[in-house]
Amino acid sequence: MANRIVTGAHYGLIDWLAQRVTAVVMAIYILLAITLLLIFSPDDYSSWKTIFSNQWMRIVTLIFFLSLCWHAWIGVRNILMDYIHKTSIRLTIQVLVIFSLFFYAVWAIEIMWG
Amino acid sequence: MEIKLPLPAVISILHRVSGVLLFFPGIPILLYSLQMMLDSPQSHDDFHAILGCIPVKMGLTVLLWFLMHHLCAGIRHLALDLHYGEGKEQARVSGRLVLIVGIILTILFGAIIWQTE
Repeated sequence: MANRIVTGAHYGLIDWLAQRVTAVVMAIYILLAITLLLIFSPDDYSSWKTIFSNQWMRIVTLIFFLSLCWHAWIGVRNILMDYIHKTSIRLTIQVLVIFSLFFYAVWAIEIMWG
Repeated sequence: MEIKLPLPAVISILHRVSGVLLFFPGIPILLYSLQMMLDSPQSHDDFHAILGCIPVKMGLTVLLWFLMHHLCAGIRHLALDLHYGEGKEQARVSGRLVLIVGIILTILFGAIIWQTE
């Protein structure tokens, strides 16, 4: 495993790790969300609003969405690299994916604090 | 010519396909749902009305299955990274387990979708 250089920019290893760390973060958040749903069993607008009025809940939810965007970026990029070999098309799609993920992140902030 | 895919290969391909579909339309649907739930009492009621439609329930159930399968397949992936279950037979068993647990969790949580009126 010594001196295993995946790419010139070394981003392969960081991506590999990030893919797994973000996955674990999201799995923990899902467990937390299920626990909260079981404890509070929110069934109307005000009960949902109460859960998300907690500042920590908002922050943790944002961390979930940021992890999701990063995770999605690595996954989608890997798939694009495997199946789309024409560089111009792949780069165009990659830019679109980055834009959409950026939009999703801003949207999540807007929902939590807007 | 017929190529028979071994189960772990099917799990792996499903992991990719579900990942792409969770990215789109999964993420925007999740964000839209959260927004509708939290925006106002009116939007919350509107969202419940949308949830009442059978095609919407069916679509969400499929997405839920993608999520549960992706989650289970991901956990299997992490276990393999940590060198658990690397044997051929173990990999086959865990692959089957991923499929089955994913479906069971979908039925379990899908009940919430189908109970909503």
